[in-house]
Amino acid sequence: MHSAQIILLLVVVVLVVGGVAFVGARSRRRGARPEPPAPLSSPRTSAPPAQPAEKVTARPTQGGLISGPEPAPEELDLHAEEKLAPEAPATIQEGLRQSRRPFAAALQGLFKRNTVEESFWGEVEDSLILSDVGLDQATRIVEAAKERVRRERITDPAAALGAIRAAMLEALSLADRSLSLEGERPVVWLFVGVNGVGKTTTIGKVAHQMSEEGRSVMLAAADTFRAAAADQLGLWAERAGADVVRGAPGGDPAAVLFDAISSARAKGTDVVLGDTAGRLQNKTNLIEELKKIYRTVEKAQGTLGEVLLVLDATVGQNGLAQAKVFSEAVGVTGVVLTKLDGSAKGGIAFAIEETFKIPVKLVGVGERIGDLIPFDPKAYVESLTALD
Amino acid sequence: MFDNLSARLEGVVTKLKRKGRLSAADIEAALREIRAALLEADVNLTVVRQFTDNIREAAIGATVSRALTPAQQIIKLVDEELRSTLGGDSFRLTFASTPPTVIMLVGLQGSGKTTAAGKLALWLRRQGRHPMLVGADLARPAAVEQLRILAETAQVDFFSEATDPVSVAREGIARARSLGRDVVIIDTAGRLAVDAELMDEMRRIEGVAKPNYTFLVIDAMIGQDALATAGAFSEAVGLSGTILTKLDGDARGGAALSVVAVTGKKIAFSSIGEKLEDFDTFHPDRMANRILGMGDVLSLIEKAERQMDKQVAEKGAQKLAQGKFDLEDFLEQMQQVKRMGPLKGIMSMLPGVPRELRDVDIDEREVARTEAIISSMTREERRNPAIIDASRRQRIAAGSGSTSMAVSNLLKQFKEMQKMMRQMGVGPASATKRPASSRAAKKKGKRR
Repeated sequence: MHSAQIILLLVVVVLVVGGVAFVGARSRRRGARPEPPAPLSSPRTSAPPAQPAEKVTARPTQGGLISGPEPAPEELDLHAEEKLAPEAPATIQEGLRQSRRPFAAALQGLFKRNTVEESFWGEVEDSLILSDVGLDQATRIVEAAKERVRRERITDPAAALGAIRAAMLEALSLADRSLSLEGERPVVWLFVGVNGVGKTTTIGKVAHQMSEEGRSVMLAAADTFRAAAADQLGLWAERAGADVVRGAPGGDPAAVLFDAISSARAKGTDVVLGDTAGRLQNKTNLIEELKKIYRTVEKAQGTLGEVLLVLDATVGQNGLAQAKVFSEAVGVTGVVLTKLDGSAKGGIAFAIEETFKIPVKLVGVGERIGDLIPFDPKAYVESLTALD
Repeated sequence: MFDNLSARLEGVVTKLKRKGRLSAADIEAALREIRAALLEADVNLTVVRQFTDNIREAAIGATVSRALTPAQQIIKLVDEELRSTLGGDSFRLTFASTPPTVIMLVGLQGSGKTTAAGKLALWLRRQGRHPMLVGADLARPAAVEQLRILAETAQVDFFSEATDPVSVAREGIARARSLGRDVVIIDTAGRLAVDAELMDEMRRIEGVAKPNYTFLVIDAMIGQDALATAGAFSEAVGLSGTILTKLDGDARGGAALSVVAVTGKKIAFSSIGEKLEDFDTFHPDRMANRILGMGDVLSLIEKAERQMDKQVAEKGAQKLAQGKFDLEDFLEQMQQVKRMGPLKGIMSMLPGVPRELRDVDIDEREVARTEAIISSMTREERRNPAIIDASRRQRIAAGSGSTSMAVSNLLKQFKEMQKMMRQMGVGPASATKRPASSRAAKKKGKRR
């Protein structure tokens, strides 16, 4: 230990305790409004009301995963009926109601008022936040919508709703959401993500749909860590009529993928779908392992088609960190947003698309095999902002 | 990726340092930052509102502490409120007088129920219990197999059969009773709160199993939906608490706050790693710091409040900012800091300290030697080290029981440090326009 270091350490300590060292590197100023005081009646013990939550479906026109027709551009529904005026939720119960249908109240209030007021934008921002869009992204969307309303001199609430939807769509403006099966066989798709997002289930569904489209599929059970993960994948393979290559529990996942690709090439299989173990993005050694798996595709002379980051729609702001680390590590080509059939809205997709330019390609909207569908931004935005 | 709350607050509140009391405008400014920080930590918006209201109320009445800056004071209020929401004490599991104690795990798909069941079983076995794992998740392919393997690894009994979840629960408990097992852990299928049919099935399992404890398993990475999900589960079954999983990730885990707010029940356990033994009772106090993203700076604040003379600390910081920080100030600060305990301990509590520094082995004797050398200088020498020539150096070395080599090393390093400070924007040139202290510290903050 060098005494110079001690000196520096001491100075740091002095600064900290003196109370000035914490001045942020970026002292961000935000236009957050002070909330109106909301008296709360013993919210910690209150039970929420029974109310069905809204589903975000984002279901486009019918069609297969890959070969299906392009989702037809639909006109957004800008007309809505007048309903109850919203109020800032004063209790957890009301908060719950608002959580489940964040936009409905705010938007219905807009129609009640007949004009577009400043307070309305606050409610829109809140609705976006409740959909996990994140404070920064929510502010950006609201500013864009406001700008549009100003520029187009919109006073009509229905047109204002159109402006909001347009601003949301702008954040989801990545053009190419196609899934690549181009190139020499076998084409390899890798599925990566943190634990519990639904990688294995997603692969099962993709395999099934591809088989139905007449492609031959090989599954690589490269999740050798989680107990019975290979069994789970094996069951899916059986249902889909796909082959599966598995290794020993705790074995080398890259080796499993290598074997799967080699075997697929020998058999002339069209596609290899690589399952990987869930890994939290702050575990450096596991991310390194994933890089090795990724490099295996080339080593085994497979054609890398897609690297799909599977995200759980319930994820909060940590989704951004996931997108960042995984895309830096293995060049993520698209996002699969799962579990959109629950009450979660998956709003982190906006920030991921805008910040990292990674398109959402597939969404999971139910338990059935056909419930994994191409992502349609318009349908998604419309469903998020549905009024009833 | 995110600023921690203290950084945010210092940005807003430092300028107002000299005021005797927090003004309403200060408080509102601080509340906006608190709101932003909590939202970034994924605390539900409704809970954030309630929370900031409580802080507002507490802050308006607060008198200004001598030892804390207004920002630190607000952080302390936030911390106290967080702690009171999360509950001060850890959860305690008590066992049924007539065994088995039945524990049921419920939650969304992918929240980590099966893994948590295995971990809880091992945790209980290490407490001297004899748990049995019951696999009632017949929906997800191979979930039962996964639990069976976990049971094997944890060396506990396991039961499941391919009937239906309700009978599996009933049979499992009967089996545990006949085998004399004292705890039964039932793993159930993941279900969405909006799925009425599956929620009803969960109620039926509850009706048959009559669990002593029902834990909601929640992923620490969950966002705003934590409130709706926890609300729906708590409405459907009698929750006893929550198991927070994947806490070894880098999510702030603000969901913990939302869940406690809506269920009124504690976080009982947390899962903090991939290994089966990475599981323990939850410590609410540590979670408060995590949500705020602040390391253990709060303990440091508490310590500072107890031990430090605020005015001396501030004087040092100011001098540093003005580029006038000399050996005299350094000695004074060093004595201050020493009162707070070993340097190593202090370093470990500071957020944002690079790992290299944190892990470095600090020899406390080296600190004493440095202090001795500086103490052996005259006041004039400390203020203006340039006058220290060979003969002075020898005198200082003799006085401090060191060598003149050590003295010149110290002087050289101190000079380097001063230079470094100046490069980082600390110094008379940069101190002209705005309060230099905040600017200097900002640069400093960037470097850390």
